Amino acid sequence: MNKMQKALHELSEMDELAARSTPLHALHPAAKLITTIAYILVTLSFNKYDLSGLVPMVLWPVLLFQISDTDVRSCFYKLRIVLPLVMAVGLFNPFFDREIILRVGSVGVSGGVVSMITLMLKGLFCLMASFLLMATTKIDNLCAALRSMHFPSMLTSLLLLTYRYVGVMTEELAVMTEAYHLRAPGQKGIHISAWGSFLGQLLLRSMDRAQELYSSMRLRGYHQHFHFAANRPFNGRDALYAACCILFFLLLRFISISQLLGGLFVR
Amino acid sequence: MHMADALLAPAVAATMYVASGTAAGISISKLKKDDEASKLPVMAVTSALVFAGQMINYTIPGTGSSGHMCGGMLLSALLGPQAGFLSMIVILAIQCLFFADGGLMALGANCWNMAFYGCFVGYYLIWRPIMKSKWFGSDKNAQRLRIIAASIIGCVLTLQLGAFSVVLETSLSGITELPFGAFCALMQPIHLAIGLVEGLITAAVLVFVYQSRPELLQCVDPADGEGAKASLRSVVAILAAVALVVGGGLSLLASSNPDGLEWALFGNAEEGYAENMGLDEDDFGVQSSAADAAGSIQEKTSFLPDYAFPDSEAAVGTTVSGIVGSAIVAGVAVLICFAGGFFRKKQKNV
Repeated sequence: MNKMQKALHELSEMDELAARSTPLHALHPAAKLITTIAYILVTLSFNKYDLSGLVPMVLWPVLLFQISDTDVRSCFYKLRIVLPLVMAVGLFNPFFDREIILRVGSVGVSGGVVSMITLMLKGLFCLMASFLLMATTKIDNLCAALRSMHFPSMLTSLLLLTYRYVGVMTEELAVMTEAYHLRAPGQKGIHISAWGSFLGQLLLRSMDRAQELYSSMRLRGYHQHFHFAANRPFNGRDALYAACCILFFLLLRFISISQLLGGLFVR
Repeated sequence: MHMADALLAPAVAATMYVASGTAAGISISKLKKDDEASKLPVMAVTSALVFAGQMINYTIPGTGSSGHMCGGMLLSALLGPQAGFLSMIVILAIQCLFFADGGLMALGANCWNMAFYGCFVGYYLIWRPIMKSKWFGSDKNAQRLRIIAASIIGCVLTLQLGAFSVVLETSLSGITELPFGAFCALMQPIHLAIGLVEGLITAAVLVFVYQSRPELLQCVDPADGEGAKASLRSVVAILAAVALVVGGGLSLLASSNPDGLEWALFGNAEEGYAENMGLDEDDFGVQSSAADAAGSIQEKTSFLPDYAFPDSEAAVGTTVSGIVGSAIVAGVAVLICFAGGFFRKKQKNV
């Protein structure tokens, strides 16, 4: 399976996840979007040494993964993209920040190690939150919610159209790449002699098709605005969900649950 | 170069959202004003193609490694800077939402680092001036050379700017202990090499488009010159060699001498900051009343997380309970997972 086929697989997997029906899927997309943004903001606001304060933030995504019956493995699979840069930045911390800030038994742990772990946890938690949003919300519904929040229609329309063509284009290129490699076995990528023509030919064909597509859209009454199948109205249940979640995040932000729980067992 | 959420502080992420949002707003109003909103399907198809095209590996001769296409320059050369910028935003949004490449809160920063520089700086400062100039002459050969030069210079410059922005945003967020200068020295040379390769690949695609359908390119007059056909391979090879020599030389210089900002930050200290800046040490020095006043204002207004660790004794005193508490939280999380599994099994059995 080449890179493009893997991407197609990931896209269809996300579509399938978003198409299920669970209590979380039933919530209004705006409520989910607002709570996700609030969660990420609160997570990012933790001090880099505040590891014990940050850890309880895991409870919200873990709970939602269970409620939405979502397999956490597909989320962790995406870590391969997020972690390298985060690790590259965080791995330097132990070398530059060597002050011992806590001791576990006789082993001293430096501030750099703590801040590196905090950074990685932040990356993981934010990924889990974003993944949950897309695993429980269809892109059409999300765009409709964005439109209702007065997000520019040009961007939402472009996002939807692009999302539809991403599948088509990726599939086309996957076939082309497969065909190229069958004729050039053992070659790692596209040879320099075909750099321009490989993508260029598809680019020209696609741009012509896009013009035809636009003409056909105009004939069917398109006037630069997509008409979304409207989401159901934002009701009290959605507001209650968003309010409870945000309150929970604030509670975790300002009260160290770990310290409190630990204090019950350790003097 | 996609930044994850964890690399940004909320204030920096919000600032970058405002900056990218403003650029997007201006682009949308410009497209509407010029009645170019009809470009939408073309923008969508082209951005979908660029999205997929960025996954193609192009073999770099003689190295065994591969490179990718530079989306921003390609889109702005085909669609114009505004439409190109919006298309790049959408590509980055899809990468972030469906592939976890970049983060939801880091989207503003990623749009700035990869779309703004590639589309606006690359187009207005590089592509348009070079394409409208008479560099290399006025025949078709010269036009091809201009496309190649604009693509390579544009990709190198915009990637350098993007990489510098990543360093700046991460450092401002207080995420890394890596000194600013060392971080720059790590990021800039890597992206110099990446920019060269991306520039060559982008040039190859744009030259192909020029040879087949020149009217599709921005700032290119299809009626320009009907001269002899150039040997593209030799032109690419010459420019690559020149770029490598220049780039390699520059990176050597960059690694042996601190850059301007680094010099300003650290180099001056030895020779006396106040002396160099022409300041009075008593009024503006580190121990001055002005510094104390600024410190107290900063303490009150600081929105970024305070990265100074609280007094170490108290910290050590509370860490044990913190560790135990964290372990309990982890236990609760595992319990939630088990409970979820238990109820799901029960539901299936029913």
